[in-house]
Amino acid sequence: MSKYKAVIGLEMHCELKSNSKVFSSAKNAYSDIPNSYVSPVDLGFPGILPTVNKESVREALMMALAFNCETPEYMYFDRKNYYYPDLPKGYQITQMHSPVGVNGKIVINLGDSEKEVLIHDIHLEEDTASLDHYSDATLINYNRAGVPLLELVTEPCLNSPEEAVAFLEYVRRCYQYCDVSDADTKMGQIRCDVNVSIMADGDSHLGTKVEIKNVNSFSNVYDTIAYEIARQTKLKDEGRYDEVEQETRRFDEETGTTIRMRSKVDAIDYKYFVEPNIPKYKISKDWLEEIKKSIPMLPRERKLKYINDYGLSLYDANIIIKDKDYANYFEECIQLGMDPKTVANYLTVQIIAYLNKEDITLKDFYLKPEYLKQIITEVNNGNISSKQAKEIFNKSLEEKKEPKTFITKDNAQISDAGELTKIITDILANNQEQIDAYHNGKSNLFDYFVGQVMKETRGKANPNIVKEILNDKLK
Amino acid sequence: MNITKSIEELHTLLKNKEVTPDELVKESLLKTKEVQEKCNAFVTIIDNPRITEVTDNPLSGIPFGVKDNYSTKGILSTGSSNTLKDYVPIFTATAVEKLENAGAIMVNKTALDEFGMGGTGTTCATGVVKNPWDEKRMCAGSSAGSAAAVASGVYPFALGSDTGDSIRKPAAYCGIVGYKPTYGMISRYGLFPFASSLDHCGVLTRSVSDAAYVVDAMKGIDDKDQTTWDSKDIHLVDSLSGDIKGKKLFYIKELVNIDNYHHPSEMLKSHLENFQKTLDLVKNLGASVTEVSFDQSLLNALPSVYVCLSCAEATSNMSNLTGIIFGGRGVGNTPDEIMMDHRTKGFSPLIKRRFVIGSYILQKENQERYFNNAARVRRLIVDKMKDFFKSYDALIMPVGSGIAPYLDDDNNMIDNDEVRCLEEHLQIGNFGGFPSITIPSGFISNMPVGVNITGNCYDDENTLNIAYALESVMPYKNQIAKDDKNE
Repeated sequence: MSKYKAVIGLEMHCELKSNSKVFSSAKNAYSDIPNSYVSPVDLGFPGILPTVNKESVREALMMALAFNCETPEYMYFDRKNYYYPDLPKGYQITQMHSPVGVNGKIVINLGDSEKEVLIHDIHLEEDTASLDHYSDATLINYNRAGVPLLELVTEPCLNSPEEAVAFLEYVRRCYQYCDVSDADTKMGQIRCDVNVSIMADGDSHLGTKVEIKNVNSFSNVYDTIAYEIARQTKLKDEGRYDEVEQETRRFDEETGTTIRMRSKVDAIDYKYFVEPNIPKYKISKDWLEEIKKSIPMLPRERKLKYINDYGLSLYDANIIIKDKDYANYFEECIQLGMDPKTVANYLTVQIIAYLNKEDITLKDFYLKPEYLKQIITEVNNGNISSKQAKEIFNKSLEEKKEPKTFITKDNAQISDAGELTKIITDILANNQEQIDAYHNGKSNLFDYFVGQVMKETRGKANPNIVKEILNDKLK
Repeated sequence: MNITKSIEELHTLLKNKEVTPDELVKESLLKTKEVQEKCNAFVTIIDNPRITEVTDNPLSGIPFGVKDNYSTKGILSTGSSNTLKDYVPIFTATAVEKLENAGAIMVNKTALDEFGMGGTGTTCATGVVKNPWDEKRMCAGSSAGSAAAVASGVYPFALGSDTGDSIRKPAAYCGIVGYKPTYGMISRYGLFPFASSLDHCGVLTRSVSDAAYVVDAMKGIDDKDQTTWDSKDIHLVDSLSGDIKGKKLFYIKELVNIDNYHHPSEMLKSHLENFQKTLDLVKNLGASVTEVSFDQSLLNALPSVYVCLSCAEATSNMSNLTGIIFGGRGVGNTPDEIMMDHRTKGFSPLIKRRFVIGSYILQKENQERYFNNAARVRRLIVDKMKDFFKSYDALIMPVGSGIAPYLDDDNNMIDNDEVRCLEEHLQIGNFGGFPSITIPSGFISNMPVGVNITGNCYDDENTLNIAYALESVMPYKNQIAKDDKNE
């Protein structure tokens, strides 16, 4: 670990869900067929004009509010001008002067402690086309051009790669909980720019900031930061800190290093100015209020609720909030009146193991909460053993049939004390020899009697009740 | 020939089956070819226009022209630029689509100063557009081809676009009517942008009522243009009563008073005298005309404010012209080289100059000084106008400082600082998005001159009616360009 303090700021881009793109009517979805979800607007043909997708604005405002940001009175956009083959209009419509949110904060968990991360701003913009590079050509796919993108910019207030990744994971989870994005890094829906500098304990001001652009997975974010801290530390230790330049670098996955792209001197002047084709409009208080009300409970609040109200362990609660689907499944079960701890136990052990084994998500999981309830209720009523419950759980999943189809009279546990007493009395009557031996000290014969009862009932006798009656009879 | 008649007359003839749309189109195409030879007004002549049926719509079956900076599906749309010399769009501009839905028949695409960035009609990729009244003179621009065609009687109307005065100036130089409605009344979807906050769609015609018919059909809110507004309560044709008794007009003393010019040319004197005669006609109609004073420093700032804002927006608007998706692919080893090659070869020097200015103005270190200050002065000018509109119905002003200049010495006028503001005051209409219409108001040396009426936003009915009343007491309605040499 470096002896210097690392100062890290993140810019996190996340694609938002919606029917159409943020400024055009083309479909906002992933397609294996390149250039199939494209309108003239996305291609920047002469004469096209942007029309704002209200749904994207709603989602952006929702996240601004969820992250405790101040929202602007008026909504308007800016143009960021630069030339690149993935940018059809030669400018990107974004928000520079008046983002949907500023001065926010997000509390994240770091092991047992918490940290408040300050949000500089959060703004809505359009994505660029994607480029596929080959040895002799580059292909452009415009499916992504114009997809709504939410960019969240933190203050430089993170201090380690662990913190950075914990933050990103938490924010991603919030997007998923609010259902504004699938936030899937594997699909390229999240991309990050990372700013890293280091400073010694006595330093009064921040060190030289290095920006690493377009890091596309959380593990790469981790590696990028770790590498940069090491690189900058080494230079500082060797008295060569002046070689750390304010520059833009990129992360090279193959070597696990960062590579210089351009220095600050060559920084692009984006010539921002207000987009004239989208009239400034007022965000109504009513709408904002409506959006605020629609924000679901976020993972951190849920975790606290699970621990404090439902008595779950921190460990279990952490597992459950990791995935919105887990949390929703869990809460649905509670709604159906099931015992929180029992549900948590099923969820964190059997269900997640099954999902992992089958490589499916909870959405495709056959045992919906009401089916799980059928099993748990029968166990609680003593009608089936936990061993049987497990069998029914698996059988139900295997055959895709409701658990109750497997809970028949035939396999139901015999818990009726009268019936069991009668069976036990008969057995004891035929085993006087063993009774005598038992009373003479062969205490392990107790299990023999239990075995006889199980044999007689073909394993359906409730073992606890059998033991109780036997104890009583053999006194 | 029937094609030289007004929309109303043509509609009656069509309804009575005295003429068919097909015959009108044939006449129009014949005229197109004549005017092409004489004035070089067109980029594309459509060989087989889509003939429509005659309906109750007054525009049905009537041929028209479209400025080549409107996107027309399946028909070459170049913006008179080499960057788009082979560009055939996949969609049609809303304004054109509305006219086609009304049954009007597009017969040609007219030449313009490259992407509308010019005021002479001399910077079209297809060459100079000549004035039909005198081929040695310019039409002004940028809607040069549309003005030449309408003035020559190719059809009753052609579409134009207006960022500084691109409809209203050529209309004056060609002796016809040029009207740009309030900003956002006509959708700009499909109009190649020059400066989005100043760009207006509009029309060139030979009468105010024709202009009203066309804009009534073109206007309306459009899902594809968020700057459009609902104008369903505006009925331009119905509002043309010709009664302007009690209307209050004003003109700007600093620009119109001959005493403000130290070395007035004979041309300027005649032009301003003619303007005073026009004012007399207005007064005879029962309207009042008041001379008002406009802050001279604001007036002096007009041209530079216009240059700052329009060049800045243009630089950004035309960044899509890289030859990557459409337009001819440039040559080079890197994307940058390919784009640079396309733009270097495609744009004329005049446009490149404007891009350089625009980029400079938008640079981080210059933005506050130039771009933001220009925007502030624009606001001051518009506020001043809005103040006047509290007391007056419309501003009435002469267009330019005289008649169309000769093509071979167009520099003289632009260099004449003294008349610069008089030449460029129509930009006020673009700064505020005001409805503004030019109509012919006389002749100097056998060349037409025009007068302009500009009203307050959303007050198009009133503005057009004033122009309509004034037109009715002058003998220039429906006039066709006569080239004296040929008579």
